Amino acid sequence: MIYTVLVLLIVLFPLAGFLFPALWGRSLFKKSAGPLTVVLMTFSFLLSAYFAYLYFFEFGYQQGAYRRFLFPDIPWLEFSGALAIRMGAYIDAVSVMMLLTVTFVSLMVHVYSLWYMKHQERYAAYFAYLSLFTFSMLGLVLSSNIFQMYFFWELVGVSSFLLIGFYYQKPAAAAAAKKAFIVTRFADVGFFIGILILSFSAGSMDFETILHKLTTPGSDALNTAAAQTFLGISALSWGAALVFMGAAGKSALFPLHIWLPDAMEGPTPVSALIHAATMVVAGVFLIARLFPLYAITVPGVQEFIAWVSAVTALMAALIACVQTDIKRILAFSTMSQIGLMMLSLGVAKYEAGPVPGYTASLFHLFTHALFKSLLFLCAGIMIHFVHNNSIWKMGGLRKYLPLTHLFFLAGCLAISGIPPFSGFFSKEEILLAAYRNYFPLYVLVLITSAVTAFYMFRMYFRTFWFYNLKGPTEKETEIEVPALIPLVLLAIGAVLGGFIPFGNFVTSDGHRMPFHFDVRFSLLPVILNLAGIFVAMWFYKTKNKRSDIVQEKAWKLYLLLSEKFYVDHLYEFITRKVIFQVIGRSAAWFDKNIVDGMVNLSGEATQYVSAAFRKLQSGKVQLYALYFLLAILALALITILK
Amino acid sequence: MSLLLILIIPILTAGAVLLCKTDEQVKWTALAGSLAQLGVSVALYFLFVRERAITGQESLILFEERYPLLSDAGIFLHVGADGITVGMILLTSFVLAAGVLASWNIVYRVKEFFLLLLLLALGAFGFFISQNLFLLFFFLELSVIPKFLLISIWGSGKKEYSANKLALMLMGGSALILTGILLLYFNGGRTFEIHSLSRVVFSDRLQQVVFALLFVGFGVFTALFPFHTWVPDGHSSAPTAGSMFLAGISMKLGGFGCLKIAMYLLPEGALYFSHIIIVLSVIGILYGALATMMQKDLKYINAYSSVSHVAFSLLGMGMLTQTAITGAVMQMISHGVMTALFFAVIGMVYERTHTRMIQEMSGLMKTMPFIATVFFISGLCSLGLPGFSGFVSEMTVLTGSWEKDSVFHRTVTIAAAASLVVTAVYILRATTKIMMGPPQLPGENAVTDANTKERSAAILLTAGIVWIGLFPAWLTALIKPDVQQIMKRIAGL
Repeated sequence: MIYTVLVLLIVLFPLAGFLFPALWGRSLFKKSAGPLTVVLMTFSFLLSAYFAYLYFFEFGYQQGAYRRFLFPDIPWLEFSGALAIRMGAYIDAVSVMMLLTVTFVSLMVHVYSLWYMKHQERYAAYFAYLSLFTFSMLGLVLSSNIFQMYFFWELVGVSSFLLIGFYYQKPAAAAAAKKAFIVTRFADVGFFIGILILSFSAGSMDFETILHKLTTPGSDALNTAAAQTFLGISALSWGAALVFMGAAGKSALFPLHIWLPDAMEGPTPVSALIHAATMVVAGVFLIARLFPLYAITVPGVQEFIAWVSAVTALMAALIACVQTDIKRILAFSTMSQIGLMMLSLGVAKYEAGPVPGYTASLFHLFTHALFKSLLFLCAGIMIHFVHNNSIWKMGGLRKYLPLTHLFFLAGCLAISGIPPFSGFFSKEEILLAAYRNYFPLYVLVLITSAVTAFYMFRMYFRTFWFYNLKGPTEKETEIEVPALIPLVLLAIGAVLGGFIPFGNFVTSDGHRMPFHFDVRFSLLPVILNLAGIFVAMWFYKTKNKRSDIVQEKAWKLYLLLSEKFYVDHLYEFITRKVIFQVIGRSAAWFDKNIVDGMVNLSGEATQYVSAAFRKLQSGKVQLYALYFLLAILALALITILK
Repeated sequence: MSLLLILIIPILTAGAVLLCKTDEQVKWTALAGSLAQLGVSVALYFLFVRERAITGQESLILFEERYPLLSDAGIFLHVGADGITVGMILLTSFVLAAGVLASWNIVYRVKEFFLLLLLLALGAFGFFISQNLFLLFFFLELSVIPKFLLISIWGSGKKEYSANKLALMLMGGSALILTGILLLYFNGGRTFEIHSLSRVVFSDRLQQVVFALLFVGFGVFTALFPFHTWVPDGHSSAPTAGSMFLAGISMKLGGFGCLKIAMYLLPEGALYFSHIIIVLSVIGILYGALATMMQKDLKYINAYSSVSHVAFSLLGMGMLTQTAITGAVMQMISHGVMTALFFAVIGMVYERTHTRMIQEMSGLMKTMPFIATVFFISGLCSLGLPGFSGFVSEMTVLTGSWEKDSVFHRTVTIAAAASLVVTAVYILRATTKIMMGPPQLPGENAVTDANTKERSAAILLTAGIVWIGLFPAWLTALIKPDVQQIMKRIAGL
């Protein structure tokens, strides 16, 4: 009972943080919306921390494994039979870890925004949206029912829309918000059909039942579902693949990634929270939730996931090498890192004990949330300082922003996988999982990782070194306290997060996984990553023309990368030229000319006839009404009394 | 409580309106009447739930009253309510109250305007509670005339054309319905009583013919493809409250008739035509959505989008599963409230900007934040965002449709689900264009946000969609037994 109340409160505090400023943001909370939501988020975070403590150290670990618990399970909308949307909380190690991550990063971003959004128009609305997002995300990670997850999944999407489009007067922001929503909506239709296929096969929409029924070999549900095929592929594979389509949309995997770079039009703290740490990993979370299904029942789809993720990871890393907008570089790096997390789930083979690839994926999700939000928040300070997003407009910032410099460096080292920073440990496990199960993908991950080190340090050296930017004449405070606290806490996480024995807590089956570390295995990736860093240093540490020369020599490659492999152009062509112009326009034309034409034709014929009865028209509406009623009555009476 | 109260209040209000001297009195009288009606409808819901709990589920039609009018001819003033009816009455009273509030700025022939509004509502209320086909048809027709007049007198744009088109098409539909009803009358033992007719065993052939007549006839009212073309013109020419009623209530008369008359009385016909209904409604869903994408006028956008949304409820009916039909009824109610809200807010925008063209507007979020927010909310409801009623009802229809596991049914369900993307496209296209971006209205400083009456109308309807969207269980519980009754008749074949 106490646990139920705890979970409920964790979710309700952010909801209150949305409702109060949303309803009274123009009056009562015009100025105080920020502090109010920060206080509410603090409660939510503290309760999450307490709950996580209780779960991991008090009640969660029973008979040698972390157990699953289902807290209030309320039927919300019943369809038929056992199919129903139920609202509940599915408590296991993964969701508790996610609770902690989401509330922590969200709190950090709330606090940071006190400084960043100070004196902004629609101050209250901003915090309301931020809290709405947090509420939806918490609902998502707690979902015990796949349709419940879809419910919050869509809410997360709309809060993302609101936040990307927060600077609504900027046409680019409006367009980006629209694009993000529509692309993910497209993916969500796939997700929805996938939900229908899976839940009808399992006879339930609860994760528990779906996983149980569809992963037990020889069960009736499985046999029936396997017998149904479409285009030579079993219904279950279709369902699983379509669910993955939804995940790919939210997690910005190729080819549904096009919305994420544009989403950087939103305020920078928003990017830190939504487009780095939490929402974009929802897809990874979803696939992790259904992991046994993919690994046991539809290994073909799982392999497909691995390849899609690998392509995404490498492609995004390459694109990031030529971007100039600091936030877009971080966005592509997010894409690439999510690709790695998903890849880890894709290559993990199901085995009797805990699955290492599964833990690796969630470990990386966790560390990535810390160091990526740190990087974004630093970027916010840098952008604030130079009033520009372009790294070409920055340079030598280490003099003016010494603290930011340290934090940013810590983040860069973490993401580049340099020991002992957090990213090293989590990436290490992903590499290990790929190495054990699928060698070609191991090579791809290695390359991606080295490229990551290169572009991260390209950004680092280009902004903090390179040449000396002419600084402002008067001394500005570098970081105000509200921004400093989150940076310090996140930096601690980014540096030390890797030492958390993650395998002790979050595993695929709840059993603890022994920690392993092999220097011989780590040597190669670390050397490659360091090489990436040194190349970046050679190009960008001091002011020189080396990069321009390379760019001129290999301009074709450069163009291909800076145009992002022309994926956006392809979409542009399909949506604008094909869907809008051809299909939409012809539907509208058909309606106006063909269907309506018939009606007008019959109308004209009627008018021709009615001209004969023109004399009856006196122009008084009351008389028309009277005629009309009389006519009906007469008609009825004639037929009846006949 | 006598169910006739549902009819008496609008009549009394109309009488009081006639006696009013000033325009202001007329408005307040109409508002008082519509609020009283809303109160009675809510009370009716609670009484109905209680009554049903007491009587069990045996007698599905409660609060029955029957007075002979022309008993030799089988015509009775026979009223009664089942769960679906109660839902529809709630919807109508919500829209009526909001419609009165949204019409506060009418200046031309105020008395006549509100009189017609009340008459229109009376027609709808009467239609929903009629248990006698003759009475039902009478009320159906009663609701057509005010529409014609509302458009041709208070309308805008090419109003004569629209009004004529609407009247002619609806009359055409009525003619089919009347033929169908008379065929039932003469073959069913000379009675108009729905209850008696439901016990008559009609031949399959007759069922098919009459079903086609009734379904197409009612289908015209509910914009069944390809009989939907009165909708865009009619809605766009009508005054704000007219559009609200037209889309919010009138289209539901058709849906209600399709379900409670055509399908209930003629299950064999429903079974026979199921595939055709499904195909037509899926065409309506996709085609309406695609056509919406190309519209530039806000009212046309919502009108075409209504064609698409209402087709969802027809799809649910055509699927003939318990869940899908439940979803169909929910979609009718949900769409009624949502579209009324949408038209109300479009009217508010129009009154301030004097344009409905989306390319002529920008940055309304800045100049009229309340209206823009409500616009956004109704848009979100339209695109089926969880938390609003549209999500609940469309998901129920689609999930219900998935129960049929033939390739045909699966394909059309996927096609219908694909419309969710198109909906998002046209809603966001309009919303981002008019709400976001830099404000560029002529004389934008003079623009004011919504006044109290407009706010009340918007909040009333928003509360409706949020209430259904967050707590759908009461609605499903309300309509479930009646849908079961229909399903029983279809399954009994």
